[in-house]
Amino acid sequence: MSLPLEAGTEACAGPEKGEISADLVRKADEIVRQYPASKRSAVLPLLHLWQEQFGYLGPRGVEWISQKLDLQEIQVLELVTFYPWFRQRPYGRFHFRVCRTLPCALGGAGKTFAALEKLMGVKGDPHHGALVSEDGRFSLEYAECLASCGTAPVILCNDDFHEKVDEARAAELVAACK
Amino acid sequence: MAVKERRLILKHVDAPGYTPDLACYRKHGGYENLKKGLAMGAHAIREEVKKSQLRGRGGAGFSTGVKWGFIDPAKVTKPIYLICNADESEPGTFKDRQIIHKDPHQLLEGMILSCFANGVKLAYLYIRCEFTTGWKVLEKAIAEAKAAGFLGKNILSSGYDLEIYVHRGAGAYICGEETGLIESLEGKRAYPRIKPPYFPAVLGLYMCPTIVNNVETLCNVKHIVEMGGDAFAKIGRPNNTGTRILCVSGDVVKPGYYEFECGALTMGELIHNVCGGIRDGNRLKAVIPGGSSAKVLRAGEVYKFKQKGPDGAMVEIPMKLEDIPLDFDSLATAGSMAGSGGIIVMDHKRDMVECLANIAGFYAHESCGQCTPCREGVLWMKKILARISEGHGRGTDAELLKDVADKIAGRTICAFGEAAAWPVQSFLAKFKEEFNLRIRRNGTAAKKDIVSLIH
Repeated sequence: MSLPLEAGTEACAGPEKGEISADLVRKADEIVRQYPASKRSAVLPLLHLWQEQFGYLGPRGVEWISQKLDLQEIQVLELVTFYPWFRQRPYGRFHFRVCRTLPCALGGAGKTFAALEKLMGVKGDPHHGALVSEDGRFSLEYAECLASCGTAPVILCNDDFHEKVDEARAAELVAACK
Repeated sequence: MAVKERRLILKHVDAPGYTPDLACYRKHGGYENLKKGLAMGAHAIREEVKKSQLRGRGGAGFSTGVKWGFIDPAKVTKPIYLICNADESEPGTFKDRQIIHKDPHQLLEGMILSCFANGVKLAYLYIRCEFTTGWKVLEKAIAEAKAAGFLGKNILSSGYDLEIYVHRGAGAYICGEETGLIESLEGKRAYPRIKPPYFPAVLGLYMCPTIVNNVETLCNVKHIVEMGGDAFAKIGRPNNTGTRILCVSGDVVKPGYYEFECGALTMGELIHNVCGGIRDGNRLKAVIPGGSSAKVLRAGEVYKFKQKGPDGAMVEIPMKLEDIPLDFDSLATAGSMAGSGGIIVMDHKRDMVECLANIAGFYAHESCGQCTPCREGVLWMKKILARISEGHGRGTDAELLKDVADKIAGRTICAFGEAAAWPVQSFLAKFKEEFNLRIRRNGTAAKKDIVSLIH
């Protein structure tokens, strides 16, 4: 319940700039080695790696990964647009995913989402991707089933998982985002 | 009644002082069965799994022994792959999460044994990326197992080599479908493959023979090696052997995960005794018994079960919802399925239109978009349900919804079509008056007591 909010570094906020470090290249090469039969299999892990480093997947990431794996750029981009985890624009330093699916909805996920909208000062139609606060500190979106239906409603704040997040708990979590 | 839990898979999960590291696992007898299995030999393990009558715990309930039996490691010249499906994402299901986070070595031991039994040298553990902690737990467990000689080259000096890598998904439910998962692991969009071939055992990962098993299924293999297939088959009921992890969510006093012998208790015992009944003193209205794709069961329904009478002849007996034993065959007889073991309970105050609208929202979001009936149909169903719940339903909307659902099921490459259609078909069949009433009362504000379940 009271996990620390560890993630949320400057890098998570984008923009997709900064040096491609030797460490990043080393990690990428290590990943590719896990797929001896086909390096194309390394696309998803490399997309994760890039998004974790630079905050989102822009043209630079797509180009870099496609060159690394000898793929056409479209073969990388079509995964960015298919898999909901990946994003093509910077989100907030603290990104909240609220589970929307039935057990969480029965447990009050709608109220939690509404409370977070207010606390973060974000507005808009959640059907059109994440809502991002003007100062880039917060972003908020619905997620489909996070597989912890017995402790509804549940949310992810960056990489930290939180259970039974009612309105009061939501306020605590937002306050802890420093 | 007092049916007690029988914790086989979850034996150590949540036990005081039990930690996910190797030292703790070994203190509790960990990897002893790997030694035993390596000594038994691959063929003997496969025979025990056959005898155990184990059925897959991912949703379809297919026989594990038969699935493995499609591949004869002695005759196959290509590499054989095994993939652990840890993409747990069927709404209502949260069992694999417990195993992965709290007892990862049990999964690894089951997986290594299964790989050994089938001549697999390279295996992948496909985990949904939303388990942000889970994949780190698994990475650590794999490193520990490797350092201790349970994984890698020449495992326990047996001459057997195996590598296991964790592969993270990226938020797409369709990756739980085994051929979609394989496409995803190949670095593509998770478009399920056209059948036949019906099983990846024929053409799987990189067009090689492949076994895809669920987390709980692989854990069971460890226990089958430990106790033997015959002893395992004595747990539970014939054709429904072993234990089952039941995940209960929704309107009960004590939601959570429980492990029982298959069919040892009834739906009523689970809801009213184990889970403490319906919360806030409300009454039971509906149950989705096997993940959100399973057809809904309505309180007060009576099903026709066939049983052997005293003279040996089959007789039809009436069975109330509360009396259904929780196993694969009984829930199928009641017209639904045991699926992934995720049981979602709704009380009498719940609006079935909104509940279904929520479920339809899920399938509309998750269709991979490959087949037209599904890609278009799931969105139409979502839109129609949204307008009914918002008070703009049209007179024929209930029929229109059913028509759309009927035209998805059976017309798609994978079972997602059915998964999306079944909730709509069953909610409409069992709560039709609620849908029509909502349409007749158009214009009156929709209930907002739960801040709408739809979104």
